[in-house]
Amino acid sequence: MSVLPYLVAGWIFLVGVYGMATSRDLVHAVGCLSVTQSSTYVLLLAVGYRKGGSAPVFSDIEPGSRPVVDPVVQALALTDVVVGATVTALLLALVVQIAKRHGTTDPDALSELKG
Amino acid sequence: MSRRFRLCVLALGLLAFAALFTAACAELPPFGGDRHPYGDRAVHAALLRHTANTVSAVNFDQRALDTLGEESILFASVLGTVVLLRQTSDEHRTVPKPSPVPDRTRRYGLLALPVTLLIGLYVVAHGQLSPGGGFQGGVVVATAVHLLYIAVDYRALERVRPLGPYEIADAAGEAAYVLTGAGGLLAGAAYLANVLPYGTFNTLSSGGTVPLLNAAVGVEVAAAVVVLLARFLGQALEIEGDEDRGEGKG
Repeated sequence: MSVLPYLVAGWIFLVGVYGMATSRDLVHAVGCLSVTQSSTYVLLLAVGYRKGGSAPVFSDIEPGSRPVVDPVVQALALTDVVVGATVTALLLALVVQIAKRHGTTDPDALSELKG
Repeated sequence: MSRRFRLCVLALGLLAFAALFTAACAELPPFGGDRHPYGDRAVHAALLRHTANTVSAVNFDQRALDTLGEESILFASVLGTVVLLRQTSDEHRTVPKPSPVPDRTRRYGLLALPVTLLIGLYVVAHGQLSPGGGFQGGVVVATAVHLLYIAVDYRALERVRPLGPYEIADAAGEAAYVLTGAGGLLAGAAYLANVLPYGTFNTLSSGGTVPLLNAAVGVEVAAAVVVLLARFLGQALEIEGDEDRGEGKG
């Protein structure tokens, strides 16, 4: 099955979206968003994989001596991990304020406007 | 919209996505294949510029402008969190009481702190050579500081973590990245171009501007994580609502 890793990424995405849409707690929804986001890492790294490839780091292997995996997708995934963590922090800060102002973190109970 | 109707709409969307995604996967190059045109070119370009860690070369040299964007997202979300988690007019600060820490935790924490700090700085400094760099090393450095909170108590953490300097360091890290990029303009090349000498392959000073940008990102990420955690710890331990408002009432 040469497409299995791609399908796994799609499955993680679906699970995350399902969790977000059916969530009854905003903290849970933020967690589901992180799961959804991590599906892109799986997809990126799967796209960049090369059979028998080693890490694209030449501090201890001779350049050209063996195949390496694609560094471009790894760079994309790595910056997004840290940036994703801080965006999660921002969303959790919003949840903290919602919990304080409205006394609930259930998205279905937050339908009314409040000044 | 009833819950049932919402689930139906969701199922429709998820099924459509699953069908389209599976069809798209069938057309993708097979997993583990040998054809990586971008990867091959990125490795070639990294080796031309004497950067052993090609991932760092991609991040801080070939796609440096993109990393500036990512870094700005990080900066903006830290700023947003700081603004959101301020003390409001109907809240007050309390001094958290120290609580006893088991001896083993204390010993482990105090032992692990300098080691973690050193590893973090190593990871930042060797970003252009071995796996690591500013993003990863910055997080490790920030973790080291918080071992004090686990091993001793909140007051000890506050003593080594005056928040002002960390907030300035966060901004300074971002500014250093922007200014290093402007250095490329001064040298007569493009913005964020790698204009410094490339150095000897596989040594600390190799890679031109890569180690500088790495350090700038390391400072920013470490300060950002410290500031973020400080705000959340402040909410959890220090800031309390006033009596008349009470918990849970708007």
